[in-house]
Amino acid sequence: MRLVDRHGRRREHPSFTAPDHAVLAELHRAMVIGRRFNQQASTLARQGRLAVYPSSMGQEAAQVGGVLALSEQDWLFPSYRDSVAMVTHGVDPVKTLTLFRGDWHSGYNPHHYRCAPQCTPLATNASHAVGLTYAARRKGRDVAALVLMGDGATSEGDAHEAYNFAAVWNTPVVFLVQNNHWAISVPVHRQSIAPTLAHKAVGYGMRGYNVDGNDAAAVHSVVSHALAEARAGGGPAIVEALTYRIDPHTNSDAPQRYRDSAEVEYWAERDPLARLETLLRNEQIVDDGLLGIYERDAERVATAVRDRMAVEDKLDPDSLFTDVYAAIPPALEQQRRELAEELRQV
Amino acid sequence: MAHTPPTPPTGTETAATASGAAASAAAAQGAAEVTMGAALNRALHDAVAEDPDVLVYGEDVGPLGGVFRVTDGLTSTFGEERCFDSPLAESGIVGTAIGMAMYGLRPVVEMQFDAFAYPAFEQVVSHLAKMRNRTRGAVPLPVVIRVPYGGGIGGVEHHSDSSEAYYTHTPGLRVVTPGTPADAYSMLREAIACDDPVVFLEPKRRYWSRQSVDLPVRTEPMERSVVRRPGSDVTLIAYGPMVETALEAAEQAAAEGRDVEVVDLRQLAPFDDATVAASVRRTGRAVVVHEASVFGGYGAEVAARLTEQCFHYLEAPVLRVGGLDVPYPPPKLEEHHLPGVDRILAAMDRLQWESEWVEGHG
Repeated sequence: MRLVDRHGRRREHPSFTAPDHAVLAELHRAMVIGRRFNQQASTLARQGRLAVYPSSMGQEAAQVGGVLALSEQDWLFPSYRDSVAMVTHGVDPVKTLTLFRGDWHSGYNPHHYRCAPQCTPLATNASHAVGLTYAARRKGRDVAALVLMGDGATSEGDAHEAYNFAAVWNTPVVFLVQNNHWAISVPVHRQSIAPTLAHKAVGYGMRGYNVDGNDAAAVHSVVSHALAEARAGGGPAIVEALTYRIDPHTNSDAPQRYRDSAEVEYWAERDPLARLETLLRNEQIVDDGLLGIYERDAERVATAVRDRMAVEDKLDPDSLFTDVYAAIPPALEQQRRELAEELRQV
Repeated sequence: MAHTPPTPPTGTETAATASGAAASAAAAQGAAEVTMGAALNRALHDAVAEDPDVLVYGEDVGPLGGVFRVTDGLTSTFGEERCFDSPLAESGIVGTAIGMAMYGLRPVVEMQFDAFAYPAFEQVVSHLAKMRNRTRGAVPLPVVIRVPYGGGIGGVEHHSDSSEAYYTHTPGLRVVTPGTPADAYSMLREAIACDDPVVFLEPKRRYWSRQSVDLPVRTEPMERSVVRRPGSDVTLIAYGPMVETALEAAEQAAAEGRDVEVVDLRQLAPFDDATVAASVRRTGRAVVVHEASVFGGYGAEVAARLTEQCFHYLEAPVLRVGGLDVPYPPPKLEEHHLPGVDRILAAMDRLQWESEWVEGHG
């Protein structure tokens, strides 16, 4: 499914139409900011200001297109490569990086942003989304959830349990599979021999969609449709977005050991930002002035991240003890006192 | 404390003890005989009735009432919305419970048997135990995972594991196990009201154990260990299925002139050092008893802590009595694996009583 080809030309589709001009412009703006954020975070990782950064360079359309399809009250369940999705969803960019900076395992209050903590064990947050939407429905609230997962994650048992629970309970969850072709160094053909990853929906009685993941308009259109169907009681869905991880797995990866640079070039020619910018210019939806504003917005985000990251947060070792349990148990209180004593003696 | 404070036990020790004297006192007051299974069932009924956010689900917990009937009548009384059968997938069961708790529900899920809970291990260890800490308190997870555990019922393979140490090694979890029907009721109510995730281990061979007790009952707070039987010569430390066995051993030892104190740990993690250490300082001798294999077992932690905290009070090394270091045996051989009264008495005999000490070193 594709609505905008790699040359920025519209493609007709019998079932789906592209979003309106305002949404197309917003998709582009969010991708421009997202790409700049990816670059900035990768730079911070090279400088040692982040312990690690898993870049989603090249996947901006899949993340932005999915997230902008959510309604105000909906929840996002990201994994570790979904910082761009989180920033698009409204999470403070610096708090998005708390995990990678090594300050804490998650930098924000999930309820504040309607965004679960970034999930590192693959696919394990998918069932959380099923439970959360189930609970919301019981409480009479219209809440859907978007779960972000990669191609590798679809091999995990937890993905399949979540698909099945969502389908049986008919909870409004859309599983957006960003098939970026590589699970670190393992190509997708070693994960599955199904015709597409969207086919996995069939066995669970779910709808499955396969979409050009570098076409933000198509991702937005399909995820919006899937969310609307799910809200109306039509059941959850898997949306497979075909995209590509242009950057290494993380800053410590060595992709030349397992993949050909020609493949990267092939996908770079299918860049999600270039094609939407071409369409927006050709159809005079945006002009140089507006594109310049997007660039400046992106630069402002990057500058703010850089400046705020230059200041080291004061980390209080006492915070190790305070939230393990609702109240600190006596034996842990003892260790708390001992650590405080150790620190006094330093 | 964030959880509901339990009401203190009324009258004598009716609630907090399974000792014969208190049980007969309760019987004299007209209390009914209740099995542990029935007490757990009543706790679930009362919790569901009291709090609209509590719901129960798992495998076969609906119309069947669970393979041990602990959820009997919940679906027919409260409807499908409050107690229902889920797909047969333990990781999914715990994972969805986590999501529900993130949105304000208080799910109580059942793992059908100890060994069938292992598929959920990653959810328990990587998410359930860590979510509050990861979110700096913003997302507490009031989830109760009920696990019938332990052997002694003639179960075929994978139906008799003592899996407590897998959970107690994980900070962020409360791991509790009742040893009496009164505790089963009270601790399950407390676990459901608790804002921490609780792994609630039910000693399945004791589902049919009886006690005279009026329900509802509130016993000691679950994080506190209790002295089930006072004694002055040696402390027997037990929990879950071994509480009853330890009390039997104490009875027999008394007939032989040895005064045995029995401590029921109740909450295994976080550990209540104070109660058991105070007991051992009084008696000077200690034996830890559990069904699980001894190596790397929970008793090692208890023994190490007692050695650290009571070293100068100890007359003998702290001993451990447990299952053999073998995979859980088939039903016809399990009696050789499970610690019984004789093995406990034999261990107590090895506690360097004065006469032996003199003989050995004289």
